Amino acid sequence: MSKQIQVSGLDAYYGSHKAIEDVSMTIEPRSITAFIGPSGCGKSTFLRTLNRMHEVIPGARVDGKVLLDGEDLYAGTVEPVSVRRMIGMVFQRPNPFPTMSIYENVAAGLRLNGRVSKAQTDAIVEESLKGANLWNEVKDRLNKPGAGLSGGQQQRLCIARAIAVKPQVLLMDEPCSALDPISTLAIEDLMAKLKDEFTIVIVTHNMQQAARVSDRTAFFNLAEQGKPGKVIEMDETSRMFTNPSEKATEDYITGRFG
Amino acid sequence: MTAIQHISTSRRIKDRVVQGLVYLAFALAVVPLVSVLWLVISNGMSRFDVEFLTHSMNGIGARDVGGGAYHAIVGTLEQVLLASVISVPIGLFTAIYLVEYGNNGRLSRAISFFVDVMTGVPSVVAGLFVLAFWILFLGFSYSGWAGALALSILMMPTVVRSAEEMLRLVPVDLREASYALGVPKWRTILRVVLPTAFTGIVTGVMLAVARVAGETAPLLMTVFFTNSINNDPFTGPQMGLPLFVFDQAARPNDTAVDRAWTGALTLILIVMLLNLVARLIAWWRSPARGR
Repeated sequence: MSKQIQVSGLDAYYGSHKAIEDVSMTIEPRSITAFIGPSGCGKSTFLRTLNRMHEVIPGARVDGKVLLDGEDLYAGTVEPVSVRRMIGMVFQRPNPFPTMSIYENVAAGLRLNGRVSKAQTDAIVEESLKGANLWNEVKDRLNKPGAGLSGGQQQRLCIARAIAVKPQVLLMDEPCSALDPISTLAIEDLMAKLKDEFTIVIVTHNMQQAARVSDRTAFFNLAEQGKPGKVIEMDETSRMFTNPSEKATEDYITGRFG
Repeated sequence: MTAIQHISTSRRIKDRVVQGLVYLAFALAVVPLVSVLWLVISNGMSRFDVEFLTHSMNGIGARDVGGGAYHAIVGTLEQVLLASVISVPIGLFTAIYLVEYGNNGRLSRAISFFVDVMTGVPSVVAGLFVLAFWILFLGFSYSGWAGALALSILMMPTVVRSAEEMLRLVPVDLREASYALGVPKWRTILRVVLPTAFTGIVTGVMLAVARVAGETAPLLMTVFFTNSINNDPFTGPQMGLPLFVFDQAARPNDTAVDRAWTGALTLILIVMLLNLVARLIAWWRSPARGR
């Protein structure tokens, strides 16, 4: 259920603007990898290249290789839609479908992708909501609109929706930045639980969060505004936060810039 | 240190004067609306009876009382329905192309431009076009269908514009959420984008329907005119409520003028009823209902 991602020599562009340059890294299965770095350094862009969401934006393109257990996601014949089925994503702002109930939101990925029996859907919805630690809060109102939940609940609903299609990898783009500390804690606990099953990659602006939840951390930075972002350093989280090998990493982590 | 200042008398007077002007402007704007409604209702009620709604004008002499607009009501409903059947799908697909696939490229800019041009086409010109092309050039006869063609020319740009606006209001987040679940683009549009914009699109379509339901000029040249019931919109001349009003109001007898008022009242009621139905559909599909 969990796969390794290997990235080599990846550049990403918005039109003629190069947003990230020459990123290479290995993301291990059944672990949490965190991306940190100042705003505009390309963390989110890089995250979106991992499931081919980057190219959804008009004018955006990618050069380089992303291997999912050895298979190149950017090979000419690969169907982007199938990549996204294997690599799920949770966004910065909770975005449940406003026309759908809680149940329908979780079932959306299954239903929108083809025929599944009612019993099967019921089972997957319950399993996913339990997996997202939301089942107890919503089990009595599954037919109520998903947009009626609180922000933290909505974000867990989005996580449930993402894991319902049983992806190999889960990408999270600042999943807690719009949430209060208690909801943040709930989602961090959830991540620790989910990493038994999924490969998790998280972009965060919160360095304590990266230190708390992740196994490995990558630090992104850019030379100056308008220049492409690069990976400065990637290592075990414990080492990154205690004894980074690059001066820039240390400066960023200790709050001297960014 | 500055003292707390009080509002000066002159400012207070200015405030009052401007407030008064705003109320006056509102009253002026409402006067025509209320007076039209009042006139139509008070003059139209006298003939608003079962006979009016169930009988045509067939065999009704110049000075006879009685007669009705059944043939015109049927004609209007069929023509507007056909016009909607033509223009709503085309308009909706155009809007989907503009918003989801056009990427503001050359083709989508050209379409946008021509939609704007179409919005400005006078209704007579739409009627003339169908007359010249469908009836004179292709040689088909006058029919409700020809009228529907003329009406759809007027309806299409309104549908495109309103649907386009509604589709643009759907947040990009929702599309991305759907893509991230591995849902193909066409399915995202069908199952996520369209349902989210549904209420607004229905309202836009209803406004377009209301606009064309009252058109007289294009019908004059395309459905021609008749006093008898013709249920088949594809063969032979039909009638429409606006035509009925136009025709009856031009006659010298009071009985005819009364029928014209009642025809106008019926038209207003039909448009209102359609609006009500649309509101109901929108409410029934609204996501907030279950809350």
